[in-house]
Amino acid sequence: MIEAIELRRTYRTTTGVIRRRPLDVEAVRGVSFCVERGELFGLLGPNGAGKTTTIKMLITLLLPTSGQARVLGCDVVENAREVRKRIGYVFGGDRGLYERLSAYDNLRYFAELYGVSGQKQRARIDEVLELVGLAGREKERVEGYSRGMRQRLHIARGILHDPEVVFLDEPTIGVDPVGARGLRQTIADLVAAGKTVLLTTHYMFEADALCDRIAVIAKGEIVGEGTPAELKARVVEGRVTEIEVFGADQVTVERVRALEGVTAVAVENRDQKQILVVQATGERELTAPILAVLNGVEVVRVSSREPTLEDAYVALVGGE
Amino acid sequence: MNALRIVRIGFVINLRMLGTSGFFLLTSTIQPVIFATVAFYMFKSGGRSGTLLYAALGAGMMGVWSTTLFGSGGMIQWQRWQGTLELGVGAPPPMALVYLPFTLANAFTGMYALAATLVWGRIVFGVPLHFVHPWLFLLALPASVVALGLMGLVLASTFVLYRYANALSNLLEYPVWIASGLVFSTQVLPAWTRPISWVLPPYWGILALRHAALGGEVWGPLAMLTLLSIASLAISTLTFGLFEHLARARATLSLT
Repeated sequence: MIEAIELRRTYRTTTGVIRRRPLDVEAVRGVSFCVERGELFGLLGPNGAGKTTTIKMLITLLLPTSGQARVLGCDVVENAREVRKRIGYVFGGDRGLYERLSAYDNLRYFAELYGVSGQKQRARIDEVLELVGLAGREKERVEGYSRGMRQRLHIARGILHDPEVVFLDEPTIGVDPVGARGLRQTIADLVAAGKTVLLTTHYMFEADALCDRIAVIAKGEIVGEGTPAELKARVVEGRVTEIEVFGADQVTVERVRALEGVTAVAVENRDQKQILVVQATGERELTAPILAVLNGVEVVRVSSREPTLEDAYVALVGGE
Repeated sequence: MNALRIVRIGFVINLRMLGTSGFFLLTSTIQPVIFATVAFYMFKSGGRSGTLLYAALGAGMMGVWSTTLFGSGGMIQWQRWQGTLELGVGAPPPMALVYLPFTLANAFTGMYALAATLVWGRIVFGVPLHFVHPWLFLLALPASVVALGLMGLVLASTFVLYRYANALSNLLEYPVWIASGLVFSTQVLPAWTRPISWVLPPYWGILALRHAALGGEVWGPLAMLTLLSIASLAISTLTFGLFEHLARARATLSLT
């Protein structure tokens, strides 16, 4: 359904104020993946990894610098109009809606652009409003909507013409936990209804809970691909040790990283505290060697747990 | 896809949006009255009889042009800021068809400028509203508005590619007023400016309106308005297609 082959995208910008020099920024560097019919495929990566650029090439809003992409068998460059008819896409964030119009007028306008026939429009708009939980609020102007309501309206707009493939670019970004849970349920409902979905996110639990398969993208390249379970198993063998400390400097962290069996160390700063997340191969017990290395650093808590997708992600993107 | 339905719904939707914009309503209400007042005093001081309606029509057309120009210039930029430009480009219909109703709605609201000018002139300055060919006047008015709207569509297409091209709209207001003979007759301008006037819909629009109101040949200017409308539609279809492709290559559709 979706096929990306060695997709590349370079942005040309300029640097300097008086003597402006061209500068090429490689946002996507040879990305390849394939999404099957009815699959929910996740593109997971940090900010600036190239997720949105990849999705924009697939939905025909950006031309690839090189490589090829096909959606539903149609080339996204050669046959952009056919691709546009058959896909839906949703961007995260506040923008992308006509603020001064009601939700109903927004949907009515896009229904017209996407060729939803006059006789079916009313019923279809009611149906999608019901699906995203906005029924009864459609006459209100969008400018008064909360972030969560806007996201729901984005999704309603994206699926209004009943597309076969739906692209969702960080649809839960900035939405409160309850609202995000509702949106995730809506996404799961789309897949249950037979849609093929490509989802970009940097929320691990979201990808873990929703996606059939995931590609992890970092610095414009895919660094891992598989089911969430495969990614966890492939990248993180053994256990993960978390140590809560005060005042561990970079030298200390490097000493932990140099311990035998340690494959990755990530440092999370929380107020004054630091959490060292240490991944190791096998079932090796690392608590004692780590505490030995942390000699002189105040240790608050040590715990050991099973690896999560986040651990796999951190290992793949190199602790970014 | 039904092109006429897209134009109709887009037109109504855009009028609804313009109607909720306080800034737009304020400027489009006050500006024509200011234009009209200045024009009336200018022509009154000239002391020539029978020129007040001539001045009123010119001032009204200035308002129509300003509304079209700033509406078209601001439209693409506003869509870009609002994040809806990518949605318009990513929709199946050709981009020119997506934005045609927006520019037509902008030009249509300019008709208010003309009406306000005439009413203001009648009430405050006693301008006699006697039209030699009233039915032709009613025909010339929508023909002018459509021609201006389609010219706005050509301008709007350039704003897709260049993020700050709407700054150009500031430069085009006064020259077009003058080259179209809205303020004074183009006869006083150098001969080399004539071809510029001939390709401007406001020139033929004001000619059609003045001839319909004060007497003169109306069908010629109407034919030119029709011709320029067709040309603008053809050019904008080509330029929207070309600039959309370039904007996708240069990534200028969004702000980020």
